[in-house]
Amino acid sequence: MMSFISYFINGLSLGSVYAIIALGYTMVYGIAKMLNFAHGDVIMIGGYVVFTVVSTMGLGPVAGILLAVILCTVLGVVIEGVAYRPLRMASPLAVLITAIGVSYLLQNIALLVFGSNPKSFTSVVTVPALKLADGKLTISGETIVTIISCVVIMIGLTTFIKKTRAGQAMLAVSEDKGAAQLMGINVDGTIALTFAIGSALAAIAGALLCSAYPTLTPYTGSMPGIKAFVAAVFGGIGSIPGALIGGLLLGVIENLSKAYISSQLSDAIVFAVLIVVLLVKPTGILGKKINEKV
Amino acid sequence: MKKSMKKLLSLGLAIAMAASLTACGSGKASEGTTAAGTETKGETQTTAAGGAATGEGTIKIGGIGPISGSTAIYGQAVKNGAELAVNEINANGGINGAKIEFNFQDDENDTEKSVNAYNTLKDWGMQLLVGTVTSAPCIAVGAESSNDNMFQLTPSGSAVDCTKFENQFRVCFSDPNQGAASAQYIGENKLATKVAVIYDSSDVYSSGIHDKFISEAANQGIEIASDEAFTADNNTNFSVQLQKAQDSGAELVFLPIYYSQAALILAQAKQMGYAPAFFGCDGLDGLLTVENFDTKLAENVMLLTPFAADAKDDLTQKFVTSFKEKYNETPNQFAADAYDAVYAVKAAAEKAGVTADMDASAICDKLKTAMTEISINGLTGENMKWSADGEPDKAPKAVKIVNGVYTAM
Repeated sequence: MMSFISYFINGLSLGSVYAIIALGYTMVYGIAKMLNFAHGDVIMIGGYVVFTVVSTMGLGPVAGILLAVILCTVLGVVIEGVAYRPLRMASPLAVLITAIGVSYLLQNIALLVFGSNPKSFTSVVTVPALKLADGKLTISGETIVTIISCVVIMIGLTTFIKKTRAGQAMLAVSEDKGAAQLMGINVDGTIALTFAIGSALAAIAGALLCSAYPTLTPYTGSMPGIKAFVAAVFGGIGSIPGALIGGLLLGVIENLSKAYISSQLSDAIVFAVLIVVLLVKPTGILGKKINEKV
Repeated sequence: MKKSMKKLLSLGLAIAMAASLTACGSGKASEGTTAAGTETKGETQTTAAGGAATGEGTIKIGGIGPISGSTAIYGQAVKNGAELAVNEINANGGINGAKIEFNFQDDENDTEKSVNAYNTLKDWGMQLLVGTVTSAPCIAVGAESSNDNMFQLTPSGSAVDCTKFENQFRVCFSDPNQGAASAQYIGENKLATKVAVIYDSSDVYSSGIHDKFISEAANQGIEIASDEAFTADNNTNFSVQLQKAQDSGAELVFLPIYYSQAALILAQAKQMGYAPAFFGCDGLDGLLTVENFDTKLAENVMLLTPFAADAKDDLTQKFVTSFKEKYNETPNQFAADAYDAVYAVKAAAEKAGVTADMDASAICDKLKTAMTEISINGLTGENMKWSADGEPDKAPKAVKIVNGVYTAM
């Protein structure tokens, strides 16, 4: 029983990281109607910034995360402005290919700057581990912080969208770009803001991911990026609560199938579950049904 | 400077080629001569025209391994260790009077890049190969080298198939031998009776050791309490595997994996407050050099390795001192394997009377027999001998990490 709880909590922690990353995918998809495959690599850049600030320059973890958030926000806005904005009217396929190109570009820049040797990441979390049930159950500080951060981010983001003008503008753009523009909403600015928020979250996800699994290579972001994309689709792409549910479910399924079915087949099981969900509910768990006008 | 050298070299090559073309009728003024010609640059023409001189010239030895990528530590160590041996041999008169020219190419532990590197070296005029460093590329290159009948001695390619063909030999133990030796070591020294294993099922090195370890463990009275795998696509989250090991009550966790994952496992075991004994094979070598790795995590980790830098014998001491002087680093077993590999080549080449003007295939035929006739006292074992199937014969040793350094057990 204790080990089940432990597997479950570790799954929640992994799922929380997926959820934070999935938010970036789902927001960009919901508003700009494009898949930003470079998102996973922004996480990696965030990780390297924290690593450089904390381990090389010797500053505190808070400074590291702040700097990573700022740099990733700038990076996200620049990527959007340089690579995606000129393609706003192009076919979705062109944008998708561009996103994959940006992803490789970021990986190769990191390869050039930091080299491909793995770096051991110093955890930014200083919270001590929690020992429960006479030490039979240990929950690491990283796990606690990751889960709490995920919840806080989710509440903050939902409030932001519901209560602020910028958030309402995002909703409007996601409903109908043209109509929003006619209502006087700055569509380009709103999309840029979406990228800024998504990338800032990526920086936080990078710090949390590398703290829980302390290794850093130029490819650190790609696998979690793909899994988070799956989580976003799982929960219903475009839906913020969907990203949370998708991410958490994915993390828990992955860990439990590792524990009780096979540690080698966990990825296959995760994707099999995704296929089943999509067969039953093609738009994901919380996805909106889209009526195509003919 | 580099550019003008290249120009000079290509000019030299062109002249040498022209010379050998005109000298075509006179017979064997082929490869070896051209190689000697490039080396002496200015005097190319005379050497080329003069034909191949025995007891002089250079023997071109190629090396292949990852000097970038996640296993770069191995390749770099092999490169440095081999270079050190080459320099020593050259300073002491070379092989049968011929100097060694050594060229090391990067393969990033990738099979395709490794075969490309092999072809690059062949174009360069390689006569025999010391490599490759890691198992999967070694198997890929082996298919090529056996076709070409190119002698291949891998310092550290430990998968069974790394010596599949008769032109292939190795300095290190094979994976199954490491797995069996680990089980014997744990059993004989009574390190633990309940053992958990975490291995990479997508990696031939890791699963090779794993399989043999499991079968040998039964003979040693070791109970395998938990046996869990991971794959290359899922190699950062080890919480489940560690949890299972902990729940099973294992006193020792056996890690037949590479150091980059091992560093993660050690960190995650600490996060969850699990502190068993850890035991690994040569893949763990390099753990202490991971950038920013907290070496305290590796305290008391044991690994099966044929080489400990703190050993007191003269050969090791001399090697460690000159290695540190040159590369500012304590050599690991890969450097030692490579050093031994070059000296094994030297011993075999001298026994067989290999000269610089022989082509790769002729050298290979001679070395194949000579390797089984020599016995050398190397860094990784005394009286190392080789069998015709390419396997070395030497005794296993283990070390323990104490205060951040390897200590003989």
